[in-house]
Amino acid sequence: MTIALSLAAVPDWQRRRRLAWRLALLTLVLLLAGLAAGSEGWSPLALWSAWRHGDATLIVGQIRAPRTLGAWLAGALLGLAGAVAQGLFRNPLADPYLLGSASGASLAVVLVLAASSLAGDGAGLATAGAVARFGLVGAAFAGALLGVMLTLLLARGAEQTTRLLLAGVVVGVLLAAASDLVTSAAPDALRGKQAFMLGSTGFLSWSACAVLAGGLAIALPPAWWLARALDALTLGEDGARSLGLALPRVRAALVAALALAIGVAVSQTGLIAFVGLVAPHLVRRFAPAPHGYTLLASAATGGCLLLAADVFARSLIAPQELPVGVLTALFGGAYLVWLLHRRRLA
Amino acid sequence: MTPTPIAEIAAAADTAPALQADALSVSLGRTRALADVSVGFTPGWTAIVGPNGAGKSTLLRTLAGLQTADAGELRLLGRPLQAWPDRARAARIAWLGQQGDTTGELTVREVVHLGRLPHLGLFAAPTARDEAVVDAALHDAECAAWQDRRLHELSGGERQRVLLARALAVDAPVLLLDEPTTHLDPPHQVALVMLLRRRAAAGVAVVSVLHDLALALLADRVVVLEQGRLRATGRSDDPALHAVLIAVFGGAIRIERIGERWVPIASLAR
Repeated sequence: MTIALSLAAVPDWQRRRRLAWRLALLTLVLLLAGLAAGSEGWSPLALWSAWRHGDATLIVGQIRAPRTLGAWLAGALLGLAGAVAQGLFRNPLADPYLLGSASGASLAVVLVLAASSLAGDGAGLATAGAVARFGLVGAAFAGALLGVMLTLLLARGAEQTTRLLLAGVVVGVLLAAASDLVTSAAPDALRGKQAFMLGSTGFLSWSACAVLAGGLAIALPPAWWLARALDALTLGEDGARSLGLALPRVRAALVAALALAIGVAVSQTGLIAFVGLVAPHLVRRFAPAPHGYTLLASAATGGCLLLAADVFARSLIAPQELPVGVLTALFGGAYLVWLLHRRRLA
Repeated sequence: MTPTPIAEIAAAADTAPALQADALSVSLGRTRALADVSVGFTPGWTAIVGPNGAGKSTLLRTLAGLQTADAGELRLLGRPLQAWPDRARAARIAWLGQQGDTTGELTVREVVHLGRLPHLGLFAAPTARDEAVVDAALHDAECAAWQDRRLHELSGGERQRVLLARALAVDAPVLLLDEPTTHLDPPHQVALVMLLRRRAAAGVAVVSVLHDLALALLADRVVVLEQGRLRATGRSDDPALHAVLIAVFGGAIRIERIGERWVPIASLAR
């Protein structure tokens, strides 16, 4: 009891500042680890000697560095999207993927892959050139937006959370069926689709980093500016409206930011599970705060989570690699089981 | 600089209601929830009473601009309600709904601070005056002592007081409260009554839906609704109003004078 009391006595601002410092430090450490982790496993010494002899440019500069940075950026987009979704839908279990954005994005990606394979272009996540990549980003973004819109339409707004999640499940099933239909018509798209569904940080190049950073730079400001609206939404829809918020506009802007973040992330890395769901949870656990803080900290936490998973995926069974999406799903699933267990105890 | 809303009221003619409904009709789905309701709310405390399903909450939501009316007109400080921009309206009408759907991790103080949103907008930083209003609201609703705790750590009654403080922090000339005494124990009910009287005396038009007739009869005026229609409106000590109340509740109550007050008593022999 005394322990619980003394924990609760740590002032909020101190907890928030502490978490911010930890996230900054963790990001730094993980970025370095990302540069050092390669197909030979952990090799900080090799990294150091390569750096000193100036031959680090190819492996570190062209492969590890963009992959490391890209993993952090993609994770940040997922963490941000998760915090936005959970605030907007007033549900701590709202995963940005559960609301149709993932299935929408994957259907769109499959459509592009199928179209280009039918056209004999052979675009895939690994081989796509700059133009095809932009096409994939655009398609994934539009698909994510469409998926979320469809869910909102089916749920008649975001007021009833049960209805919303149910609608998200329905949209997910329907769009997944549609993309199965497409892949059965264009089997060449199947391999690309499978890689997409598993999620991978292996193909991240500098241009992918630019796209991810651009997505973050566009999605973060509106989300952060609307943080007070998300705070007001904790009072319920009527409560927020009674405070003068134009909810349709606010919701539209937040859904757009959410869909952009998800669309950009999944277009570069495929469907990486649970990062978006778990990151805001962790932030709320360590430093509960208004959304202005939660959004930023969730983005940083998401970045750290995905980068950590990426480093593990590269080095656990080196020179083989684990699919990073499988690792995040394992971690995320274990975290949720633990959460469930705690709740049952409480 | 935001204008001081209460000064606005004083500037308006004393007789003009702060909020006036004319021939208001509202449907919820296929049900007619309010039919042809005309009622004005002047500075002072008005209680809205009526049997379950009479349309009390709907009237309050419509007055707050949260529910659109099929017909009729609403005027806030003499100007049609729809003509007010969202934020300007929100700065002049504070609304407290029936609780049950608060979420999130905000502290008590952060929740009460949301009441300043209509004045600040989404971007402006709070001024010393905003902080002072928040402090006063926390104090008035008796939750200053635990302002750093979180909403989900509180009991129902404590949470109700926080949400009340949130509504007070808007510092609006019209204060709409839907069942504000829910979850409150008798001492806090009394504290609430005193608080509402103080606000009313300061020139605020306080309008509260109350199912507890004993509390409603402590208000200055009472509005009686039945099946979406206005049955009566009058001073709470008016015998004619009491007669309507007894009729509306099917003779299940008597209203008797005890000392200076009128008190409803369940009548068991019918």
